[in-house]
Amino acid sequence: MTNSNWPLWEVFVRAKNGLSHKHAGSVHAADARMAIEAARDVYTRRMEGVSLWVVPSSAIVASDPKETTDLFAPAEDKVYRHPTFYTIPEGVKNI
Amino acid sequence: MYTTELKDKNQKSAPVSLASEDPEKLAAFEARVAADDFIEPKDWMPEAYRKTLIRQISQHAHSEIVGMLPEGNWITRAPNLRRKSILLAKVQDEGGHGLYLYAAAETLGISREEMVEALHAGKAKYSTIFNYPTLTWADIGAIGWLVDGAAIMNQVPLQRTSYGPYARAMVRICKEESFHQRQGYEIMSVLAAGTAEQKRMAQDALDRWWWPSLMMFGPPDENSPNTAQSVRWRIKRETNDELRQKFVDVTVPQAEAIGLRVPDPALKWNEARGSYDFGDIDWEEFYAVVRGEGPVAKERTQARVQAWEDGAWVREAASAHAAKCAMKVAAE
Amino acid sequence: MKRADEMLFHHALRLGDDALILGQRLSEWCGHAPMLEIDLALANIGLDLLGQAMHFLNLAGEIEGKGRDADALAFRRDVLDFRNCLLVEQPNGDFAQTIARQFLFSNWQELLMREIAAAPEPRLSAIGAKAVKEIAYHAKFASEWVVRLGDGTDESRARMIAGLDWMWRFVDELFDKKDGAPSHRAEWDMRIARTLAEARLELPKPRRGAMGGRHGHHSEHLGHLLTEMQFLQRAYPGATW
Repeated sequence: MTNSNWPLWEVFVRAKNGLSHKHAGSVHAADARMAIEAARDVYTRRMEGVSLWVVPSSAIVASDPKETTDLFAPAEDKVYRHPTFYTIPEGVKNI
Repeated sequence: MYTTELKDKNQKSAPVSLASEDPEKLAAFEARVAADDFIEPKDWMPEAYRKTLIRQISQHAHSEIVGMLPEGNWITRAPNLRRKSILLAKVQDEGGHGLYLYAAAETLGISREEMVEALHAGKAKYSTIFNYPTLTWADIGAIGWLVDGAAIMNQVPLQRTSYGPYARAMVRICKEESFHQRQGYEIMSVLAAGTAEQKRMAQDALDRWWWPSLMMFGPPDENSPNTAQSVRWRIKRETNDELRQKFVDVTVPQAEAIGLRVPDPALKWNEARGSYDFGDIDWEEFYAVVRGEGPVAKERTQARVQAWEDGAWVREAASAHAAKCAMKVAAE
Repeated sequence: MKRADEMLFHHALRLGDDALILGQRLSEWCGHAPMLEIDLALANIGLDLLGQAMHFLNLAGEIEGKGRDADALAFRRDVLDFRNCLLVEQPNGDFAQTIARQFLFSNWQELLMREIAAAPEPRLSAIGAKAVKEIAYHAKFASEWVVRLGDGTDESRARMIAGLDWMWRFVDELFDKKDGAPSHRAEWDMRIARTLAEARLELPKPRRGAMGGRHGHHSEHLGHLLTEMQFLQRAYPGATW
């Protein structure tokens, strides 16, 4: 007996060129083509000219919030990345 | 109303226990929520929070899906092409809203299938209002005006609810909701200004949908033990009675504006409170509907069970075909 | 009406009626589809078709010049005056029957609408240009489902064969050349054959085509469909909704 439960796919939508794809939600679909069409029907009903990505939810690897301090330590000691570190002579424009 | 403790009147819902949670983690969690921060799927959360959210979000989703049925009942009979298109679009939106909400609930570790099965088995509830029948075209107006009106009141504050996926689903839903209530009110106002038969239809619909709409906001505050916790967790922003009062205050003038009479002899403007006094709600009716004894509860459940069961072969076929394609690709 | 106008009127009526009746059929699925995602997809197709119906029927009314708009045409004609093909008024049946109907119709409608989009009559071509994009999607959707159902499980295969078998007798009418319209039969045959091959299904046996829809002689189904659709306008003549 085939499992009739369709897998979950995450949907990413680019509303217009220049913007990046944004996570919009998820759909259930049996295959990729169905997932794209479902994503279109569900998440872009009121928009034209968009780009859609669908990814099986199982394929997404997420960072662990417990590791946040390791992965995303605010670079407090790496002060050279921040523009305020540099002294610019007065009156110099565009920098 | 999706937080509505849809339990038997005699079955006091036990206060949700946080006693077994790590006090340090719990304190940090409560602090984040109090600071208006959002909780995301992989963040630590008390089990009670997770369970409460699954219940509330899935109840909300089920309400949208079952809610397609009373209005869906009139799509093929809509009185002109514009009304037909608008109604089909509205009902489709409701399906979409159910879908966003199922998707949000799934991030909490429950599957769509589990939620659907719980609904079909009568274990999961949906908003009581959808257990009432749509008898005339005017009912479609009444539902859009009153039921969507009540839903909007509940949903707008949920856009800042503490759980990220739920909040984002609510933002999406609220954006799409704007035309739903307006089209319902427009239907009512056209009917109320129409022929004698149409006026009668409109008044009759208001007579039947008014009290069930007030019941949508759930039991009186003194019978809602989990309200304080839900408010603290930003799952609920105002109490049942507060929202119900707001709804009456906003809606009565709308009825008067189109010449319809709210079916409440005790309805009276209270100058001192700056609000309407209104009559007693028949809570026996409410709890009966919650128990599954609403006028068309059986029809609603049967329709959903049938759609799911009749569609099983379709879902199986799609899965089987996908598996065949995958095997073909693997063999190449 | 001048002869040319009369032809245009009937043409717009046929296009509008096809879209209207099929839109009505699809809206019957709302809330009852096998999966929520499919519910939304069918509603989308239904909405597209209702939109096309409104445009084509409004245009027909304009050309006729007797003050009838799309609503008057949709809600106050009886069966003898409807010009839709027999295919679109067939009942939904199960999902396979619905897909069979959509598959055969949308592939034909797409070819037809490409031509309408290039029609010399600007009002007609404007409607066609918008519709052709929508219909391409309908045809793709239906064709994909034919493949999934035809090459899915034994049960889905049997149902897909039954669905196509039900609908096949209504194919010839689509290509009936009495109105002088060019036939797209060869191109349509190719598309259908290609999808059926992918679905590992055989082409249904040729059989006598049922005719009459274009002249108001419909199947028994249309009367019931109109009874439901037109009830309010018939029960409350002259009312505004």
